[in-house]
Amino acid sequence: MLKKISALVLVGVTAVALTSCGKGDSGTAAPGGGTTTMGFSQVGAESGWRTANTKSVQDAAKTAGIDLKFSDAQQKQENQIKAIRSYIQQKVDVIAFSPVVESGWDTVLKEAKNANIPVILTDRSVDSADKTLYKTFLGSDFVEEGRKAGKWLTEESKSEAGPVNIVELQGTTGSAPANDRKSGFAEVIGADPKFKIVASQSGDFTRAKGKEVMEAFLKSNPDIDVLYAHNDDMALGAIEAIEGAGKVPGKDIKIISVDAVKDGMQALADGKISYIVECSPLLGPQLMDLAKKVLAKEDVPARVVTEETTFTQEQAKKVLASRQY
Amino acid sequence: MNRRLLWPAVVLALLLLLNLFFTPGFLSIEVKDGHFYGSLIDILRFGAPLVLVSLGMTLVIATGGIDLSVGSVVAISGALACLAISEGTGVFAAVALAVAVALVLGAFNGFLVAVVGIQPIVATLILMVAGRGLAQLITDGQIITVTDASFKVIGGGYLFMLPFGILLALVVLAATVFLTRRLALGLLIESVGGNAEASRLAGLRSRGILITVYAFAALCAGIAGVMVASNVSSADGNNAGLWIELDAILAVVIGGTLLTGGRFSLGGTVLGALVIQTLTTTIYSIGVPPETTLLFKALVVAAVCLLQSAAFRSKVFPQRERPAARPAAKDTTEVAR
Repeated sequence: MLKKISALVLVGVTAVALTSCGKGDSGTAAPGGGTTTMGFSQVGAESGWRTANTKSVQDAAKTAGIDLKFSDAQQKQENQIKAIRSYIQQKVDVIAFSPVVESGWDTVLKEAKNANIPVILTDRSVDSADKTLYKTFLGSDFVEEGRKAGKWLTEESKSEAGPVNIVELQGTTGSAPANDRKSGFAEVIGADPKFKIVASQSGDFTRAKGKEVMEAFLKSNPDIDVLYAHNDDMALGAIEAIEGAGKVPGKDIKIISVDAVKDGMQALADGKISYIVECSPLLGPQLMDLAKKVLAKEDVPARVVTEETTFTQEQAKKVLASRQY
Repeated sequence: MNRRLLWPAVVLALLLLLNLFFTPGFLSIEVKDGHFYGSLIDILRFGAPLVLVSLGMTLVIATGGIDLSVGSVVAISGALACLAISEGTGVFAAVALAVAVALVLGAFNGFLVAVVGIQPIVATLILMVAGRGLAQLITDGQIITVTDASFKVIGGGYLFMLPFGILLALVVLAATVFLTRRLALGLLIESVGGNAEASRLAGLRSRGILITVYAFAALCAGIAGVMVASNVSSADGNNAGLWIELDAILAVVIGGTLLTGGRFSLGGTVLGALVIQTLTTTIYSIGVPPETTLLFKALVVAAVCLLQSAAFRSKVFPQRERPAARPAAKDTTEVAR
């Protein structure tokens, strides 16, 4: 009796596991047949930005009539490498992915190249020396985003004489946006010795960590003038910490952030964030265009930058209603 | 103090001293906006969810099992609470729903372990993997932001000048201590963990005890999940409670409970959880570069584990070991694994 029950439960569990696995690959069209198949490995769903990015890719694939095989790496490189290997085995027509970290991709990219499957990088780059491993890189220029943040700060505190104490909430350690937003920002503010980064830690691009790290910053550095957060979610978490410390975010501590997701834009319009550098996730249509060109053996530029802008508090109030993500 | 608790306490004290060296005002607690404010309060507040999850984990480990699914339960319960609130449910009902679902998930784990007889690590692995997906399904992959002031209280609010989360963790701790140390439940759990078959032959309903223990672990995780979500006023199905199961297991081990089951120490677990949270806060406060954070953590944890190993201590500090006045069996196997 007991054995029967356990068998039943096991069957049930397996069925659940199978259906949840099957969710990703909806289409069954044979690759190389009528429809184009794209294997896409996403970083995860760590922020509102990322989910908007996922949705943009999925919607654009549907519109373009491309069969999308989507997988979520949950911020782990090994998951992503596994996903790419499985795409190679499934013989998809083109592979696109947003690398979790910058390094360590050569082997798996070579495997894709040997299988004659073109690879398009989206949103984040890899540091491989061999540039023939991928066709093109579509995404934002994170260094430029860091520079934009730095430029605003230099403009804003032009009249201030004293030292400007900055704390930085970095993204996931080792990720391209964290590395580049850090270096772009440091490059611009490094020109003036009055700017001083007094503390810089990783907040993993999440609200919870952003809040926790900011709490610690507030205690170990009594005199903070500016917070530079590598994404909106960390800034939103930090705002709660700043308010908890009895200070006014946006006033006592100016906050610069990157991304411009809806919750972030709301905080910007409310005056809690001072300035946001946009990093648009809506690159799905551009990605599908590039994929079609690559498959048609047309030449594509090695680097395609997404169009982006910046927002002040006044601008945020105007565009807030029309933000999609 | 119990000798078992000595070494984690020493490490905790050392970490606090290290902080005091880098940040002179580290130990000071001031009153701000009518509540206590300071780094120590932060450690307790951010450590509260870990303490909760670790308490549940302690009892599971005491039965010789392990629960890998608590992190996913944290995410599910936070997501459910936020979803319900964002759809207009009252805070109380939303939290009750989240905690109730957590309880059911825990009972499911217990069922797999006790009735079906799947090994605990495999049985809970199912929910660990599937549960994370479930949480993302509930939030639709988005971060659900809620702006309910009374929900905010659970993880970010204050009562009697103390963060509500700390008080909540204390209440659960007190209840657990009462249930396991004042009632027979603790003895029964240790008995099942010591030898499940012998316990059954002695007339214990080990099946019921196992299910209860897994349900309790999930209940703790459920409360922690609501707390985590409330602290940042949002549910993040992907990141809430990520890897907290590993921290919880570590806390239990640092606290001196053996993974083989049997005797357990709730006080040790709380101490272990506080060591881990203090370590995290220390890293932020003294400015360990993010690239070396994990290495720093690993070194400290390795040091704690070595200090707890009687075999290691007797090699390094031979003169300080007292002659074997009591049976050494329990102590020598106390090597942290």
